[in-house]
Amino acid sequence: MDASLFTSILFATVVAGTPLIIVALGLLVNEKAGVLNLGAEGMMAMGAVAAFAVTHHSASPWLGVLAGMGAGIAMALLFGVLTLTLMANQVASGLALAIFGVGLAAFVGKPYEAVALQAVPPIRIPFIADIPLIGEALYNQQALVYFSWALFWTLLWFLHRSRAGLVLRAVGESPASAHAIGYPVVRIRYLAVLFGGAMAGIGGAFLSVFYTPMWAEGMVAGRGWIALALVVFATWRPLRVMIGAYLFGGVMITQLFIQGSGLQIDFPSQLLSSLPYWATIVVLVAISRNAGTIRLNSPVSLGKPYRPES
Amino acid sequence: MLELEARAEPSRLMSWASPLLAVALTLAGGMVIFTALGKDPAEGFRIFFLNPVKDLYGVSELLLKATPLMLCAIGLAIGFRANVWNIGAEGQFMLGAVAATGVALSFDGTESALLLPAMVLAGALGGAAWAAIPALLRTRFNANEILVSLMLVYVAQLFVSWLVFGPWKDPDGFNFPQTRMFSDAALMPMMLEGTRLHFGFVLALAVLVAGYAFMNRSFAGFRMRVAGEAPDAARYAGFSAQRMVWIGLLLGGAAAGLAGMGEVAGPMGQLTDKVGSGYGFAAIIVAFVGRLNAFGILLASLLMALLYIGGEQAQQYLNLPSSISMVFQGMLLFFLLGSDVFIHYRLRLRRRAPQSD
Repeated sequence: MDASLFTSILFATVVAGTPLIIVALGLLVNEKAGVLNLGAEGMMAMGAVAAFAVTHHSASPWLGVLAGMGAGIAMALLFGVLTLTLMANQVASGLALAIFGVGLAAFVGKPYEAVALQAVPPIRIPFIADIPLIGEALYNQQALVYFSWALFWTLLWFLHRSRAGLVLRAVGESPASAHAIGYPVVRIRYLAVLFGGAMAGIGGAFLSVFYTPMWAEGMVAGRGWIALALVVFATWRPLRVMIGAYLFGGVMITQLFIQGSGLQIDFPSQLLSSLPYWATIVVLVAISRNAGTIRLNSPVSLGKPYRPES
Repeated sequence: MLELEARAEPSRLMSWASPLLAVALTLAGGMVIFTALGKDPAEGFRIFFLNPVKDLYGVSELLLKATPLMLCAIGLAIGFRANVWNIGAEGQFMLGAVAATGVALSFDGTESALLLPAMVLAGALGGAAWAAIPALLRTRFNANEILVSLMLVYVAQLFVSWLVFGPWKDPDGFNFPQTRMFSDAALMPMMLEGTRLHFGFVLALAVLVAGYAFMNRSFAGFRMRVAGEAPDAARYAGFSAQRMVWIGLLLGGAAAGLAGMGEVAGPMGQLTDKVGSGYGFAAIIVAFVGRLNAFGILLASLLMALLYIGGEQAQQYLNLPSSISMVFQGMLLFFLLGSDVFIHYRLRLRRRAPQSD
């Protein structure tokens, strides 16, 4: 493999992994607080369409990202009201959010289907971008790629080194104890859910404004669900989310490169395109095989409603 | 101050009233949406909810649309009751359609009356086989069935496109991604002259009755209900959790596969890459709105079918994207989940905190 091909595959892998990282890290915080939101796909779709529309009208991708974040938060708020205030079943509400979000995004996005956006130029970090092989791939990237790294380091610190992170984890492990020592469990869970929504919205915005850049119904293509699987795969650890996201990015990109390379491989493109989904299943199986790993690492009260006795 | 207060026991009245409340709220929400879009809400209401059923043909179309919904939903409900979350009915639907198409194309030209029953069987088996993957991975490797069954929807969609773009493409089809039209023997007989309503509807009603019998009258169904409502009791009684996963997924897959068969052998008459049209996902809403029981599912599938057709009408007469159906359907489920709070809680007007208990 020649050097420039390596660089471009690495570049594309990082780009493909980025939305997964952002969304999965958001969901990780969400789940660390004990709330399972299966609606990531819907929040991403709404984030994508809102970001696209605002970028189209304002010509500012940054306003677009903000709009995507806002849309994700709004969707997450809906989920929060249902599950945290009205005590609805988290699985059912998450499914509802996924179906509703994808539908609403298709509805709102109809007028934008034939519109194209200008590609946003990458940001080049001086000097280190000149490193051979990896410099161009890692340090001449979209701003949101750097954001995903910053998010990772921040969360690593937040979850394991800060007091607030400790409280968040306590709320996910044992809400009753957290409540007993005076922490507002429901409010903390709301914040975690909204954070998850914000990140899903940004992830969606990355897809429609930076990655493709266009809007089409169904363009999220299961990434929200893959992000959910990633959190399980990562056994709720940020570092493994990063690794997993880039692995998936790699699988997605490799199949695209094979399809585009003109290599005479006698394998239909549609079946090749299903590789990332199979990969998700294989990885889920590999990590879930040992029931103990999951039980040890998952937040104890994940998915269980909690209502403080007043 | 308004407060939620836990009821001593769940309200039976509310568990029936809550879907009605959700429907009413959805209608109200619909009015708001029409107004917000600058359409006359009364006109919108008429076109969306009344126009579709104004004549016999309209009613037949409604029943036609409700057919795959009730099939998928009754299958899902069996699993949902035992907390087996199969959300990949959409993929199982497609594989049922593929299996039935395989039989139809293999015996193209035959006039045997056995062809159609063979396709029905193939459809059910195709759907069940696709659902067997998450069941196996869940029972053997503990892999989450929600994520696996969902991933398999995307795989199924790509598999269907491969078939209709590749090996099964109609050689005389001007390169459209579709198979040959089925021969007459491979098509569902019609129920009403001049409409598209076919015998799949009767089949769906029969499955609905069978689903009722299974859930409410059989020991296996009883075990599944216990597992869903009181998991500890089920464990204590020694009910096998593995078996419930298998039953829930296989029955759900078979029913969805049947629905897929009914589409290709019914209104479509061939397999195309558009075969999965969201029925499998909409059926999740049907199952919940129908309270996971057979009669409720019958009503809910009619309502959801109305929302589908209403969306098509809104596209035609109000110039709105037909995806407005999905917005209404999502709204319905949200309002239902929200209204359900009143099953377990009641609203209480409380004066400023009384301190003593």
